[in-house]
Parts: sequence; C-alpha cells; structure tokens
Amino acid sequence: MNEMDNKWIGKNTIRPDGADKVTGRAEYAADTIMPGMIWGKVLRSPHPHATIKSINTKKAEELDGVFSVATSADCVDFPVDTPVILGIQDIRWMARNVLAKEKVLFHGHPIAAVAARTEEIAEKACELIEVEYDIHPWAIEIDDALKPDAPILHDFIKFDGKPSNIAGTLEHKKGDIEEGFKEADIIIEREFETAAVHQGYLETHACLVSVSPDDRTIIWSSSQGQFMVRAMTSFITGIPQSSIRAIPAEIGGGFGGKTIVYLEPVATILSKKSGRPVKMVMTREEVMRASGPTSGSKSKVKIGAKNNGEITAAQGTFYLQAGAFPGAPIRGAAGCCLAPYDIPNAHTLGYDVVSNRSKVAAYRAPGAPIGAYAVECVLDEVAEALKMCPLEFRLKNAAKEGTKAVHGPTYPVMGYVETLEACLSHPHYKAPLKKLQGRGYASGFWFNAGGESSAQVNITEDGNVVVTTGHPDIGGSRASIANITAELLGIDVNRVSVLIGDTATIGFSNLTGGSRVLFASALVVTESTNQVIDILKDRASKIWNIEKEAIEWENGEARPAGDNAGKFKPLSLVELAEQATPTGGPIGAGHQVNTVGAEGGFATHICDVEVDIELGIARVIRYTAAQDVGKAIHPAYVEGQLQGGVVQGIGWALNEEYIYNKEGKLDNPGFLDYRIPVCSDLPMIDTILVEVPNPQHPQGVRGVGEVPIVPPLSAIANAIYNAIGTRFYSLPMSPPKVLEKISD
Amino acid sequence: MSEVKFISPETIEQAVDAYSKSSKEGKTKILAGGTDLLVQIRSGISQPDTIIDIKNIKELKEISNDNGSYTIGAAVAGAVLDEEEDFGNNWPGVLEALRLIGSEQIQGRASLGGNLCNASPAGDSVPALIASGATVKLQGPEGERNMPIESFHVGPGKTNLKNGEIVVNFQFPKKQKHSGDAYLRMIPRTEMDIAVVGCAVNVTIENDKCVDARVALGAVAPTALLVEDASKALIGSNFEKEAVEKAALACEAACNPIDDKRGTISYRKKVSKVLFKRALEKAIERAKRG
Repeated sequence: MNEMDNKWIGKNTIRPDGADKVTGRAEYAADTIMPGMIWGKVLRSPHPHATIKSINTKKAEELDGVFSVATSADCVDFPVDTPVILGIQDIRWMARNVLAKEKVLFHGHPIAAVAARTEEIAEKACELIEVEYDIHPWAIEIDDALKPDAPILHDFIKFDGKPSNIAGTLEHKKGDIEEGFKEADIIIEREFETAAVHQGYLETHACLVSVSPDDRTIIWSSSQGQFMVRAMTSFITGIPQSSIRAIPAEIGGGFGGKTIVYLEPVATILSKKSGRPVKMVMTREEVMRASGPTSGSKSKVKIGAKNNGEITAAQGTFYLQAGAFPGAPIRGAAGCCLAPYDIPNAHTLGYDVVSNRSKVAAYRAPGAPIGAYAVECVLDEVAEALKMCPLEFRLKNAAKEGTKAVHGPTYPVMGYVETLEACLSHPHYKAPLKKLQGRGYASGFWFNAGGESSAQVNITEDGNVVVTTGHPDIGGSRASIANITAELLGIDVNRVSVLIGDTATIGFSNLTGGSRVLFASALVVTESTNQVIDILKDRASKIWNIEKEAIEWENGEARPAGDNAGKFKPLSLVELAEQATPTGGPIGAGHQVNTVGAEGGFATHICDVEVDIELGIARVIRYTAAQDVGKAIHPAYVEGQLQGGVVQGIGWALNEEYIYNKEGKLDNPGFLDYRIPVCSDLPMIDTILVEVPNPQHPQGVRGVGEVPIVPPLSAIANAIYNAIGTRFYSLPMSPPKVLEKISD
Repeated sequence: MSEVKFISPETIEQAVDAYSKSSKEGKTKILAGGTDLLVQIRSGISQPDTIIDIKNIKELKEISNDNGSYTIGAAVAGAVLDEEEDFGNNWPGVLEALRLIGSEQIQGRASLGGNLCNASPAGDSVPALIASGATVKLQGPEGERNMPIESFHVGPGKTNLKNGEIVVNFQFPKKQKHSGDAYLRMIPRTEMDIAVVGCAVNVTIENDKCVDARVALGAVAPTALLVEDASKALIGSNFEKEAVEKAALACEAACNPIDDKRGTISYRKKVSKVLFKRALEKAIERAKRG
C-alpha cells in the first residue's frame, strides 16, 4: 500500500468509543445490574503472614440477608507442587491469590467471601467469619526476604537446595564478560533500588456474575481479556469453558493490572451457591492492598567502555519482588535492559523474590523500566567520564539491523538509531537551561508481542461493515482497526463499526497485553477483509458473468478490469450488499491465527527538570519522547500512548511508592498518599513518532504502548544530576529523600 | 453505614438543640460542605447515626464587612468567598489557604468552619486564620462565646468545642494599613495534596519597621501553632537577615512533628524554615503594597 495514497491509515479519525465515554453512557463493569442481584464482599487477612488453622463461616451464613459464603474449599484443589500453567501465570498461585488456602501471605489477602442482599450485610457477615491463625514472622523488603533466617513463605520452594524465598532466576549471556571488562579503559558499577508502584487505573476491579442451575455462567467484568477471565474462572471453579460466557465491559484503565482475575471466580462460586446473580466491586483501598502493583527492586549494574566510547562489557543483577507468589517480571528487567545496544560481552541475571506483599501483576513493559533505570543511569556516568554527549555515546553503541541482542534474537529492520538522531536534531536538545535546571537522556526497549487473535468482518444488508475482534480496547484498537478496514475496503471510515466480541461470539483471542493488540488484530482483520473483498469480487463476477480474476476492487467498488474494463458500470459495496441473497447469501469472513512477527520497540527520551534545592522538589519542566512506532495507524492515539507512558514513568520516578508500616501493612492505600502525578505536575509531553515500518506486518505496525514507560525513570534521574550535581540511586526521588541527600 | 437520621435546621438554635440532644461519642456529625465527612463515612472512620446539615442556616452562610472588619459564616464555601473581591484584598493569605483545599469541585463545598472543625494538624486554612488574628464565634446550649483560633484545637481530630456547641462564624480584625498576610504549604505534588508543612505569616510595617507580626505553622505538631518567638524576633526589626534567621530558627524550634509516610521529622523542620522565609517575603511584599 502506497502510504501517500492512504485515506484513513495515519489519520486521526474520531474514536468510536468517544461519544459514549463523554456522555457517561459507556458501560463499565460496575454499571451492570440484574434482577435479583445480590452483593459480594471479601474477608481479608489482618496479618501479613499466617497459617490458616480453621475457618468457621457458620455465624455468617446464619445472618439474615446472607445467601452464600465462599472459601478456598469451594475451589478446585491445585496441589502446590504441580505447576498449572496458563500463559505466563500459574493457576496454583492464582487460585490461592483469589482465596487463600493453607496460608495468608499478605495483609489484605482474601480468605473468604459473602454474598448478601446488600453490601452492608455482606460486610457485616464477613466480620462474623471466625478464622484461627498461626501467626508467623513476615518479610516485606527484598533484604528481609533474603536474610539467612528469613521467614520462608513457601516451604517447597528451594534455592541452592534449601528452602528459600528466591523462586526462580533468569539469565542472559553473550561473549566473555571477564575479557570484556579487561578490555575496558573505564568501568563503573552502581547499585540501585526502586519502590513497588501500582498501575493506578481509575476503575477499580468489578464484576457481575450469574450462574444458572445448570452451571451456565455469564460474567460481565472489567479486564484486559475476556478469554483470560473465562479460562481462569473455569480452572478455579471447575465449570467448563464452554459453559462460561465472559463479556468484556468498557475498561477504565488496566496498564497490565487487569490481566489476571481477583473477583470473577469468587463471584461465580457465590452465584452458583446462592442461585442469584452476584455483583462485586472493589474499593480503592482493596485495589491498593490486594491487586498487583509491580515489583520493587534492588539491582547492581557494571559497565565497561574504551576511551573511544565503545562499550566492551555490561553486567546486571536484578532482584525483583514477586509479592506473595512466584512470578516477578525478571524477564523484562534482565531481557530488555541492554537491548538498545550492541555489546560484545554481557551478562544479566534476574532473581524472582517472594515476600509478604500482594502478588505483583503486569504493569506496562513489566520489569523493563527497572532494568533500564539502572543501566541508563550507569551509561550516563560512563558517558560523563568519557566526556561524551550521552546521546552520541548511545549512538556509537546502538544496536542496528543484524545486531545480536543480549537477550537472544538478531534484530531485523528496527529504528533505535533513528530515535537517537531524532533527539539530536530536535530543538529540545539545544534549548538553553537556567540555573538549577538540568537535562537528562535515556533509551528503552520492549519486546512487544503477537499471539492468538480472531476477527470477523461482516457486510451488513445495507452495505456497511461490522468488524468484531476479541481483545478489549485499552489503547485505541477500535479506532485503528476502523482506519485499516476502511482503507482496505476503500470506504468512509464512519461506515465501519468495530466491536469487541464476548467469548461466545468471537474466536479465542489472547489478552490485551504485551503491546500485541493492534499488531495481532490488524493481521487477522486484514486477512478477513481481503477475504471479504474476494467474496465481493466473486459476487460481481456472478452479476456480470465474467471471471472473478477480471475484476478489481478499488475505491469501494468492484470494477471490471483488463479486457472487460469499462464494459460494466462498477458495483459499489452497497449495491453488492443489496444483491447478496441472490448472489450467494451473507457476505463476511473471519480469520483466526497465532500471529508472529511482532518486533520490538525502541525509544529515546529527553527530560528537563528544575530542582527546588531548599525543599527537595524536582519538577519535570519539559519532556520529549522519540519512539520507533512502526506505523502510526491513528497518530493521536499513538501520541497518547507515549504521553501516558511517560506520565506513569514520571510518577514512578518522583513520588509513587508502596509504603509499609511496622506491622507489615500498606500505609498508603489511597490516592492521597499514593501520589500519581496530577495534571499541574506535568508539562506537555512532546512526542516524535519515528516510523520504521515492521516488515513483517501488512501495515508496518509495531507495539507502542509499553516502550514509553521504560526510559523516564533514568531520564529524570540523569536530568536531576545535570541540574544539581547529585546522583540518586533510589526511587522515588521524593522531596524528603532529595533534600536529605542534598543536605548531606 | 445503614440508617442515618438527617436533620436540616434553619436556625442556630435548632441546630444547637438537635446537636446537644443527640447521642454522644461522635455518633452525630455536623455537615457543612461534607468534603471531609463524606470521605470519613465512606472509609468507615466515621459511622454517624445522625447528620445535622447546617448549610440552611442563614448566619452560617453570611459574609459581612463592618467598616473593614469581616465576619465570614462557618459554612461559606471557598469558591463563594473567592468571589467576595474585597475579602481577598484584605486577607489574601487566608483566601489562598482556603483555596488550596481540594479540587475546583471541592471548592464549591469546602468551608473555613469545616476545615477548622475537622481538626487535622495539616488543615490548610488554620495557620492562615491564626496568623490573621481571627477569632471564632461558637454557640452552644449555654450561649455564645468567642475564641482565638489558636486556642480551638487540642490535638489531631480534637477541639475545645463543648457538647452541643457549633461554630457560627469567623471574625477578622480590621486590616491594618501596610499589613499583609500569606500562606504557603509544601506538598510533593502541585495540587490535590495534603500539607507536609504549612506556614502563614501576617506582618504590619511602619516606616520599613515591622510593628506587628504573627507566624503560624501547620502539619508540624499535633495542632497548628502560633509561633510567638518568631513574632518577637520580627517585631521591631527591619526584616534584616539576622532577625529573619532568628524567626526561622524559632519556627524550626516550635516544630514537634512526627516521622510518617508524608515526611520525616528532619524534613519537616528544615522545610518549616524555608516556607517561613518564603511566606514572609510574600507577606512583606503585600504589606508594602497595601
């Protein structure tokens, strides 16, 4: 497709979900109601670590207005020593996270749930549940969990042959690390810490579940994957997937945090036991205490370079909190941290550390910001020691097409160098700075993903188009798919409706995550639409009684071509739809496949800060994000993804953190003391959309949603150093921490 | 929360009557804007069985100006006071403190009376009210009384209000010529946050000399503080460096903060000095103008 001729791809078309959202009509999970509906509430652990000796629910069950009570005894039993893998999750852990079984492993861990006529009765009934605990010492921080005498969360997890809180490791090696450091003229090694941070989606987890007497189950919920909801609920409740219909609600933010279930299996059990539809809505406090933040971390990074600026070796060790159950995103940290660079000798190693915190969930490029933070800060120091511009230093060592990455692959066409060049030629790079202002740079990478996707493209009787896909839209996939479909069919974009199907109406589609959705769904939608065009040509051939091959589809109509050119009046989509029945029936096509060819995304950011050295406040005053986006199908949405990622990175760098008190309980479970940035904290985030199309995709799409959260942590740290000459090795760089270090 | 009795009296007497007759132990709550109360009910901190809405009482919604002395009803919302142009000219520090509470939406409801009675050590308007020298008029079953703001609080969430007593209004002294007040707070963000330290300064200048000064701090002790040693250091000075430094040290010395999730003791002490100096500068500038 010649892009100059594009009519819809690359255009900021009106978003299909916009009108509903601004008028309050959009249906989120908590908006759903059903006749006879009752309310579910969860009893949560008051202790960070204890063995459950007994649970007595009798008094709760006897309370007037209570319909059913659920505990882990109502769930399918998954033995702790047998993995039950579903995607990147293990259902052994998921089941125990949803309702605690042998032990409670964090303050706020669900133990039981009650469904009652009102939320108030359900809450009261929860208080009547009697739980006997054997309380254990707990470990919150990584150091506490790794101490020789640390309380062990899971006895059967062994490391070095002994029970341990290290649940796993992941390692990447390239070349000879020892030799690499011997070749270096300068070596810098630093240690870093980051705090656990929450995804901060505004919509709390919510669902409504109705189970019929024959176990047929309907789930309305807010998630990043209706098929994930169906599968996990099926595993945990034992109801077959064919009996569960999971309907995706409009989603009020997920950022990875809604790629697992918390409430759906519980509400299903409560509904099954009570015979009533059960609704559950988490409070903000429940979200903060018991839904996944991403890992806090400790890391050590060592980088060696020659005087000419060539990096000879790099080494990184990353300890990431997993929370109560194994599964910290060490792959993102150890795999992405060196990905932008061509480094001959490298070694990265990640440790998955369990402790008495809520189980982590995916958060936008899981683990990658943690790895990049340490590496990009050390690179800044190396560049400074070599007296090189940090961007030129990166350019000298940049990975290119053909580079063998530390994490394995050999890169195809990719646009990292272009992001550096875009920054070097941007006015921001040369803009003057005032006193106590500083500029920092950092790059970042995310793998991106493909995976299973299904689509159905149907032509309506009046000649318009309905496209159904199976991934919840959290970043503009509907608008982008409409652009692509309209482009392929040569019709006005407003004639295309894009819907997200439920698990009964569209084929399996992997969840919205890994920046996969537009990459994957554009592939299946393109294939489906091309099939539809083929059918339309076939119908025209029947009407004109000529060979299908002698027909072209152009500008929304079938035209006779070759020898027949000009012989018949073209047939428009509307005309062909009108004649659908006599020419063969309904017109539509679907495609479903495991998509491959998703290529990684690279970004380089420039950040300016100003530091109030008397109060310790660092403010971001200018920000420019350059990213290889492949092809921006809907540029405003792509820009929004970049800006959103940067803003979350700014929060992570400056103020966001999970703070635990001495009792092992989260001390800031709300948006007052868990400080995500507010609008007035932020400058306009400028974006540079670098387009190096992915050659393995019909429209050149690369995932764009996760890369932009990777560079900000270090870009900001480097900018603060540039402003005041103090380097910070611990996040968040909150005012008390900054002032204390400056005062020293 | 299950069943709650909601009373909406139209006179102070009715309100006091209902409040004094109601059950004890915090089960009856006064509602003005409700911007603290509703949050407390939602989070389970407060579980009232009776709510007395005082917004329909005329005196509590009134703003009056008696020859330069303002009386502001306890339930007057920040956004309403902001439209009273001359008040902001007289007491810019009080207004800016009140206007820092919450978002635009909250400003349509949040009041001086509510901020005072909530008795948070971090309440933004309280240091500014103390610095202004305002007094508060209370009415209870035993009649009316007046009290300086700095005497109102006992500790976090605790006040000197007697059983059945409500706050009626705030009475401001007549603004002195060449006086000015200012309030600044330290928050990690730029808005929608809670003060880690708050500082209000009110100074009167005659022939470049400080003839009167009141300095108040918030969020550094169980209650907001009037820092008399800081006032003493300033009065009689020309705001020369030594006097300002002495006053700043008095602020630091007055701090009796805690280490918590919002800030450390040492951070709060350091910041109290910085904020004092910055607020003083602003107050002096305003005093010179008016």
